[in-house]
Amino acid sequence: MFKNFMSWIEYRMPFMEKMNLHVMQYPAPKNFNFWYFFGSLAMLVLVNQILTGIWLTMNFVPSAEGAFASVEYIMRDVEYGWLLRYMHSTGASAFFVVVYLHMLRGMMYGSYQKPRELLWIFGMLIFLVLMAEAFMGYLLPWGQMSFWGAQVIISIFGVIPVIGDDLTLWIRGDYVISGATLNRFFALHVIALPLVLVVLVFLHIIALHEVGSNNPDGIDVKRENNGEKIENNVSDKFTFHQYFTKGGKKIIVDAIPFHPYYTVKDIVGVVGFLFIFCFVIFFAPEGGGYFLEPPNFEPANPMKTPDHIAPVWYFTPFYAILRAVPDQLFGAIFMFLAILFLALLPWLDRCPVRSVRYRSTLHKANLINFCISFVALGVLGVLPATPFYTLLAQIFSFTYFAYFGLLWFYSKNEKTKPLPVRLS
Amino acid sequence: MSNAPVDHGRRRFLTIATSVVGGVGAIGAAVPFIASWNPSEKAKQAGAAVTADISKLEDGQLIRVEWRGKPVWIVKRTPAMLETLSNFDDKLRDPGSEDPQQPDYAKNTHRSKKPEIFVAVGICTHLGCSPTYIMKDFEAQVEGMPSGFFCPCHGSTYDMAGRVFSGVPAPKNLMIPPYMFVDDTTILIGEDEGTA
Repeated sequence: MFKNFMSWIEYRMPFMEKMNLHVMQYPAPKNFNFWYFFGSLAMLVLVNQILTGIWLTMNFVPSAEGAFASVEYIMRDVEYGWLLRYMHSTGASAFFVVVYLHMLRGMMYGSYQKPRELLWIFGMLIFLVLMAEAFMGYLLPWGQMSFWGAQVIISIFGVIPVIGDDLTLWIRGDYVISGATLNRFFALHVIALPLVLVVLVFLHIIALHEVGSNNPDGIDVKRENNGEKIENNVSDKFTFHQYFTKGGKKIIVDAIPFHPYYTVKDIVGVVGFLFIFCFVIFFAPEGGGYFLEPPNFEPANPMKTPDHIAPVWYFTPFYAILRAVPDQLFGAIFMFLAILFLALLPWLDRCPVRSVRYRSTLHKANLINFCISFVALGVLGVLPATPFYTLLAQIFSFTYFAYFGLLWFYSKNEKTKPLPVRLS
Repeated sequence: MSNAPVDHGRRRFLTIATSVVGGVGAIGAAVPFIASWNPSEKAKQAGAAVTADISKLEDGQLIRVEWRGKPVWIVKRTPAMLETLSNFDDKLRDPGSEDPQQPDYAKNTHRSKKPEIFVAVGICTHLGCSPTYIMKDFEAQVEGMPSGFFCPCHGSTYDMAGRVFSGVPAPKNLMIPPYMFVDDTTILIGEDEGTA
């Protein structure tokens, strides 16, 4: 009965065929470690954001007069409203935690290298849309930090010569951030950007499955089939979709089917993630003032600037770069370059070896330099800009950009270790 | 079905012509979507000029008026404050107000129409915070300056004519809005003789 139903479907739409291609018969390298949790976790958080977001819109009032009060209403009077909102606000921070770790994974194992450049670009676009989504979402509660944070970020567009002032006026829809701004940000936050995000995630996965997953050793699991017998190949035990073997032209080595092996493994990651996620939701939903900032518990007041304006933690590395440059226009340019250079990694890294495991000590040190610079800038972006902190931010901005410059320089003739023949 | 041979030149022309006409249509269709983001008539109305009564303004006092949602300061400067304006030129980024941050009639040492009445948009030119007016004890910020404006966000400092000190994040002097004296005790902010 069920089988008949499935074949009725299959005849009209290749459901099982696509499931096999992307899930049950998709060859994933056998040596994924915990760094490979974060892709599936990002999807989990995306689902969380969409679901809780839809429920929040049911009680949120997108207007300058009603927004702040409606958020309080959700928190106090709507049944489980507090939980839905905390899941959404904590989810925003969790999204960036997971995405930053996912990106670091890509940098460690050279997952951006040929042939995965486009996959990486789609990832960077997702990151950009995610930042826009988070920024616009943060305006919606219409608290003091919502208002003044948006004021600072929108001002960044004002530094563009000639069109800057008109552009900021156009973005705000008023001479100042107002209900008009709030309403359009709401529309973009709940409809436009999520649609773009979902499409980009789809393209990201399609591109991933075309070129195949990289792995901690950075060597290919799909090889030309020259008829040679490969010893102890775990892949022999499984059937993979013929799309990946190209009708026997390719042989799959040391890979296992995504389902059930990695679906089950990812569930372990999900459990670990949910432990931490739920702990924050239930015991520290404000994240120590970093996930929900204290001034945001006061309604927006255009006439009163909070003593210290800091963006939410996930923007602070880039914000620190913006502030470190004495000139406004160049500050904004460097901030965008900080993201652009990440997107250009596939072309800046000229080393044929992907994984950090088999690359030079210099590269390892440089990658550590990048991590330290990024975290230090993140910390400095939260702190007020005293001359000493500004100097530190300038130093770490320099070391941040130095990562890319050095990488381009040494990767051409890098002294690497010999690559293994098989996955370890 | 006609059996006429394919005319590639004609096909090419039609393809390009269709694409161009379609492209123009797409641009035309985009206009309302983009233009709807401009300030609405209501927002423009709200952006109209406002009047302020300064008859009760005391020496050294600052009052705030809301114009286009921004705080506009009106300060009655004391003779002592006016005196300090010419003593710190070397510490200022733009002492002569060369940047067009003011109407022409405010391009002078005191950056105002009447020397004692100072009108400025109270928004830091760095990233849009509102600086604090420090009437006394400004010396903690700038040595030898008894009063001035201090931005709590990123530490920018301005003198009593809203001119920015060098070595702070703010790049420009405070903006002076267009304004005019309707009579001795009433100021119209947002309009002047030129635009009225």
